[in-house]
Amino acid sequence: MSARKINPLSKIAGWLVVFYLAGPIIIVIGTSVSDTPFLAFPPQGFTLKWYHKVFELNNFVESFITSMEVAFGGTMIALIAGLAAAYALSRYKVRLPAWYGSIFFLPFFIPEIVFGFSMLKTLIVQFDLPILPSLMLGHAILCLPYIVRVIGASLAGFDFSIQEAAVSLGMHPVKAFWSIVLPNIRSGVIAGAVLAFITSLNDMAVALFLTGPGVSTLPIEVFTYVQQFFDPTVSAVSVLLMAVTIGVMALIERSLGLSKTIK
Amino acid sequence: MAALGPWLLVLPATMLLFLLLVLPVAGTLKESFDGASGGLLDNYQAFFADEFNRVVLIRSFKIAFMSTFVSLVAGFLGAYMIANASPNLKRVLLILSVFPLLTSVVVRSFSFMAILGRNGVVNTLFLKIGLIDQPLELLFTQGAVVAGLAYLFTPLMILSLVGVLENIDDDLYAAAGSLGASPVGVFFQVTLPLAVPGMIVGSILVFTGSLATFVTPVLLGGEQQMTLSTLLYRKAMISFDWAAANTIAAIMMAITITCVIAMGALANRIAAGRKMR
Repeated sequence: MSARKINPLSKIAGWLVVFYLAGPIIIVIGTSVSDTPFLAFPPQGFTLKWYHKVFELNNFVESFITSMEVAFGGTMIALIAGLAAAYALSRYKVRLPAWYGSIFFLPFFIPEIVFGFSMLKTLIVQFDLPILPSLMLGHAILCLPYIVRVIGASLAGFDFSIQEAAVSLGMHPVKAFWSIVLPNIRSGVIAGAVLAFITSLNDMAVALFLTGPGVSTLPIEVFTYVQQFFDPTVSAVSVLLMAVTIGVMALIERSLGLSKTIK
Repeated sequence: MAALGPWLLVLPATMLLFLLLVLPVAGTLKESFDGASGGLLDNYQAFFADEFNRVVLIRSFKIAFMSTFVSLVAGFLGAYMIANASPNLKRVLLILSVFPLLTSVVVRSFSFMAILGRNGVVNTLFLKIGLIDQPLELLFTQGAVVAGLAYLFTPLMILSLVGVLENIDDDLYAAAGSLGASPVGVFFQVTLPLAVPGMIVGSILVFTGSLATFVTPVLLGGEQQMTLSTLLYRKAMISFDWAAANTIAAIMMAITITCVIAMGALANRIAAGRKMR
């Protein structure tokens, strides 16, 4: 659809909103290179020393590794369970009740902080699980809705009669899934996994309750740091976190186009 | 055996949800009714008897309402401009406004500390142009929390509205115009009513999200602006008063569910009313 003419005043207001959304991020990037011990915008001078400092702080480096491990583990759990569920939901539409798909959106309706607190009582206190697997399981729940939804959307466009044809010609159903269904929904699987990964990487509410002495995730460490020291190191680590996100987004943009993923 | 196939495939995900979400949260709800002296509502009585808790509850509502309102206005203006932009510009603008959604809440709340702090962008700018002679105390106020939360959730509102606004038929505008409606009239009689479903979905997301966010009230509001979620964390992890934490969790669940049901009913009524006409 082409552009529509709108009132210039509302156009200006719209641009102000975009500025409100993009501005803070530009300010964080600006303050991260400022050669001052406090946050200054516009930046005064140019330095990369705050970025060096991020890598010198053990807390940040170690918690980043933990974050990556947790995001990877959580995404894998959610991907395996969610892929099977999404496949069953669209392949066997008639045999599963219509409401069944909506139960996978339950995590959206429970305040994250309530979920985090309940996870603490169940996984850490009741089952005495170590922190790392607890975090992976907690994040898997947060990621499941994205996986089921995005993979479900790409399965909706898949013609299952191709798979049936292969099976009726003697292919094993599991092999038919691997070699026929999966390649066709590849972009959906990647997009779902990426969204899940980013969700886990950014999570605060669950990690807040599950992390403990020795094991922490990067957002928790940044949150703790910023309450004690208010210096450009936080800007630098924020920019690095954004860079990870942009890198991951560029990956999906290249393989399938971002606009498809948002909808 | 074949009849079980679909059920076996949904089993792992269902079990994950049941064991790690439904049971634990149900446990929290149940425990909120286990009073110290055996009364069903003991914990709730204790919660509401404390004036501090009542203040926190009302403040949380106020903050969530205000940030929903700001996000609604900002999100509508943003989405209206984006929906009517040329396809290429639309792509760029969507990425620009959705990108914050993919960054950490900590990063986004921190950015508002850099903007509103004593040496922050706003104070520096105002001092330079001579609007004020002393830095304003903008941080650790309710306004800071509302601005920060609205910043977190406006992208969600834009996403809920862009699709709706895009899909309004060009012919409707042409018809309204040819029947003599002024541009303002077209906006209020065509655009706004058709956007209501998107506005409702967006408002649910923003309201429930604002209520449940922990980081923003802590970093931008501090001690003075404690909300239900920061109070829940404090009771659970600092004073280890789990009875109180369970009760706060149950209250938050009740508010969230009520909000979703009420807004859903509103959306249905509007849809039904439109059919009648």
